Amino acid sequence: METNLLTVSPSPHIHQVQSIPKIMYDVVIALIPAFLFSVYVFGLGALMVTLVAILSSLLFEYVIAKYIIKRKADILDGSAIITGILLAFNVPSNLPLWIVVIGSFVAIGIGKMSFGGLGNNPFNPALVGRVFLLISFPVQMTSWPVPFQGRMSLADTVTGATPLGIIKEGVKNGESMSSLMKQVPSYFEFLIGSQSGSLGEISALFLMVGFIYLLYRKVITWHIPVIIILTMFVFSGLLWIGNPDRFIDPLFQILSGGAMLGAIYMATDYVTSPMTLRGMYIYAIGIGVITVLIRLFGAYPEGVSFAILILNAFVPLINKYIKPKRFGEKVKNG
Amino acid sequence: MFIFNGLKTFSKGGIHPEENKLTTDKPIEKLPVPASVSIPISQHIGAPAVPIVERGEQVKTGQIIAKTGSFVSANIHASVSGKIAKISEEMDSSGYRRTSIMIRADKEEQWAEGVDTSDTLIQEIPFNREEILQKILGGGIVGMGGATFPSHIKLNIPKGKKADVLIINGVECEPYLTSDHRLMLEKTEELIVGIRILMIALNVEKAIIGIENNKKDAIDKVSSIIRDDKTIHVVALKVQYPQGGEKQLIKALIDREVPSGKLPIDVGTVVHNVGTTFAVYEAVLKNKPLIERIVTVTGKQVKNPGNFLVRIGSPVSQLIEAAGGLPDNTGKVVSGGPMMGKALNDLEIPITKGTSGILILDEKEAHRKESKVCIRCTKCVQVCPMGLEPFYLQNQTMRANYEEIESNRILDCIECGSCSYICPSNRELLDYIRLGKATVMNLIRERQKV
Repeated sequence: METNLLTVSPSPHIHQVQSIPKIMYDVVIALIPAFLFSVYVFGLGALMVTLVAILSSLLFEYVIAKYIIKRKADILDGSAIITGILLAFNVPSNLPLWIVVIGSFVAIGIGKMSFGGLGNNPFNPALVGRVFLLISFPVQMTSWPVPFQGRMSLADTVTGATPLGIIKEGVKNGESMSSLMKQVPSYFEFLIGSQSGSLGEISALFLMVGFIYLLYRKVITWHIPVIIILTMFVFSGLLWIGNPDRFIDPLFQILSGGAMLGAIYMATDYVTSPMTLRGMYIYAIGIGVITVLIRLFGAYPEGVSFAILILNAFVPLINKYIKPKRFGEKVKNG
Repeated sequence: MFIFNGLKTFSKGGIHPEENKLTTDKPIEKLPVPASVSIPISQHIGAPAVPIVERGEQVKTGQIIAKTGSFVSANIHASVSGKIAKISEEMDSSGYRRTSIMIRADKEEQWAEGVDTSDTLIQEIPFNREEILQKILGGGIVGMGGATFPSHIKLNIPKGKKADVLIINGVECEPYLTSDHRLMLEKTEELIVGIRILMIALNVEKAIIGIENNKKDAIDKVSSIIRDDKTIHVVALKVQYPQGGEKQLIKALIDREVPSGKLPIDVGTVVHNVGTTFAVYEAVLKNKPLIERIVTVTGKQVKNPGNFLVRIGSPVSQLIEAAGGLPDNTGKVVSGGPMMGKALNDLEIPITKGTSGILILDEKEAHRKESKVCIRCTKCVQVCPMGLEPFYLQNQTMRANYEEIESNRILDCIECGSCSYICPSNRELLDYIRLGKATVMNLIRERQKV
C-alpha cells in the first residue's frame, strides 16, 4: 500500500490563476496613467489627496473589520485601495485633506463595511463618499483649481469653473451656445485633459489607455462603458439636433466631466453592476440617459455620480428579472 | 458568439484551460494481460448487468459474464481468460462498493469462439440494421467518452422521431487526454468503417466528424481517407471547453439547440464518440466485444506518460507502473480528465469502459485554494455553456430555496465545471449545484409519487 494518502475532491481539478487581488491590482494599474497625468496637471495637491484617500480608506477598512465586525481584516485584497483612488479621482485636487478623510470614512464605513464588506455593498462606495462630500461641503467640492497653476502649493490656488459648469451657468443666464463654446477648451484639450475638473477625471485619453489594459487583461468587458458613452452621445445628440442653441453638442458631452471616469471605472464595479449581459445593457443605458438629463435639466452641472448610484439601486431588481439567454430556450432548428 | 479563423464552435460560454496534451505523440502501447482483473457489473448508465457465471467457473476472453439487467443496461464480458476467483462488492471509481467479478488470468490466453483478434481491416458490411443493433447490444458497447450510455439505445430511435445526421465526437476537449486523438490517427480506417456501420444502423445519409483544431494531424488523416466520400464530413472546431459535451457539439456542428430536458434525437441527430465508433466496428465486423480500451496516463510529474491499450478491469496501478510509477509528490489521482474526472482514493480501482484517462496531479495541484466572498464579477455567468447563473444557483442551494433553483433550470447543468474553474474567489459553485440538482431531482420524484 502506498503510504501517502490521496486527496479526493469533486471536479474540476484545475483552476485558473486569476484571484481577487490580481483583479483589483489590475484596476489599480489601469488607473496609474491618469493619476500620473493629474499630478502633472494639478501638482502636489493631486498627489496628497490621493495618498490620504488611499491610506485613510485602508485604515477605516482595517479598524472596522477588526474591531467592529471582528473578523480577519483582508485590507490588502486591493478593494479598499481602489475605493481610495476613485474617491480621490472624484474630488478637486485642492480639497482640504480632513475632508478627504471624512469622504473615506463615509465611503468605506457607510458605503461598504456597514453592508458586510466586499461583495455585499449595493452602492459604489467611492461614489457614496463623493456624493456625501458634494452635499455636505458644496463650496470646497466645487472650487476647481485651474490646471498648471500653483502646482507646488497645497494652499489656496487659483480656482475656476469646470467647462460643464460654464455651460450650465451660461445657459441659465440666456447666453447663446456659440458664445459659450468660445469660453470652453477645444476637444483636443478635453481629450488630453488640460481643463478644470476633478482630480482624475480630466484626461479622456489616459483613462482610455487604462480601459484598453482592463480589456486586455479581461478584468471587464466592453459592454457597460461603451454603451454608457454611446447612450450619452445619441441622447444628447438628438437634443442637440433639435435645439443647437440650447443644448451643447454630443462630443462635448462624452469628453467632459466625469463621463469617461464613471463609465470605465465606476459603473463597471463588479459588486454593484448587473450579472447578465442583457442586464448590463439596461443598466448602462439608464446611466447614460440619467447623466444627460441631470446635466441638461438638473440642478447640478454634472450627473454621472448620481446616475450610477441611481442605477446601482436598480441592480437587484435587474438581476431578479433579467436572466441570461438559456441554452435551448429559443429553438431555431432546421 | 465568436468565430475565429472561420472555425466553428458553440455559441454560449466556454473556457480555454491550458491544454497540457503531453501524450499527443505517444503511439498506443498495448499492455500485457494483467494477472487478474476485477470487472464491475455496472460500468454504464442504467441498471447493472446480471452475473451469469459462478465462482470457480472457467471463462474465455470475450465470453459474456453478465447480461443486460433491463432495457437501459449493457452486457459485460470477460476481458481475460481464466477462473472466476470471486464475485464480491468492490470499490469503483464512483467511490461506492459495487458487485465486481474477479477473474484470475490463465498463462495462455483463450479467446471465445468467433472473435477475430487479427488487425486485418474489414471494409464490407454484410449486415442490415437489425443485425448491427443486435451485435452492438451483444458486444456490450457503451459511450466511451465518459458518459457510458448504452449505445444500442441511442441507435434505437423511438417511433415518430427521425435522425438525418450522425455526429461523431472527436473533440476531446478535456485537457491532458489524448486517447481519442491517438485512436483517430492510428485506427482511422477502422473508425471510418465504424461510422458507415452507425450510418446504416441509423439510416442516415450524412455523418459529420467534429475535431478540435489542436489535432490538425488527425483532421488531415481522416480527411485524406474520406476524400472521395460525399456522405462523411470532417469539421475542424475552435478549441473550446466543453465542446465535447453533446449539446455543445451539436450546436457547433449543425447549429441546432437541444431543448431543456430533451435528447439529441429530438433535433434529428445522434452523437457517438470516436472510441465508441471503433468499438462498434470491432463488435460488428470482428465479433469482438468491448473488453479493452485506450487510456491516457498523464500528469506533469509522470516519468513516462503515454496512451495504453488495456483490458477492462485492470487495476489503475498497473497503468501507473507502465507510465513509470507513481511520482513521489503525488497528491491526487484522477480517473478521467481534470475538468470532469473523478478523484480516486485507491489505486486498485479497476479501469472500466468509460475510463478515458488517468491523470496524476502533484501535492500543489491537488489542493483547492481557500474560498472567498463572491464579488459578482459575472465570470461564472459568462462561461456557463448552458446559460445558467452558477453564483445564484449556489446561493439559493445554500439557502435551501429549491423551488427557485428548479425554476432557474438547475437540472440543465451539465456539470462541466467551467464556473468553478473560472471563479476568482475559488467558490465551490459546482459542488453546491450538484447538491441542488440531486435535491431537486428527489423533490420531483416525490411530487410524481403523490
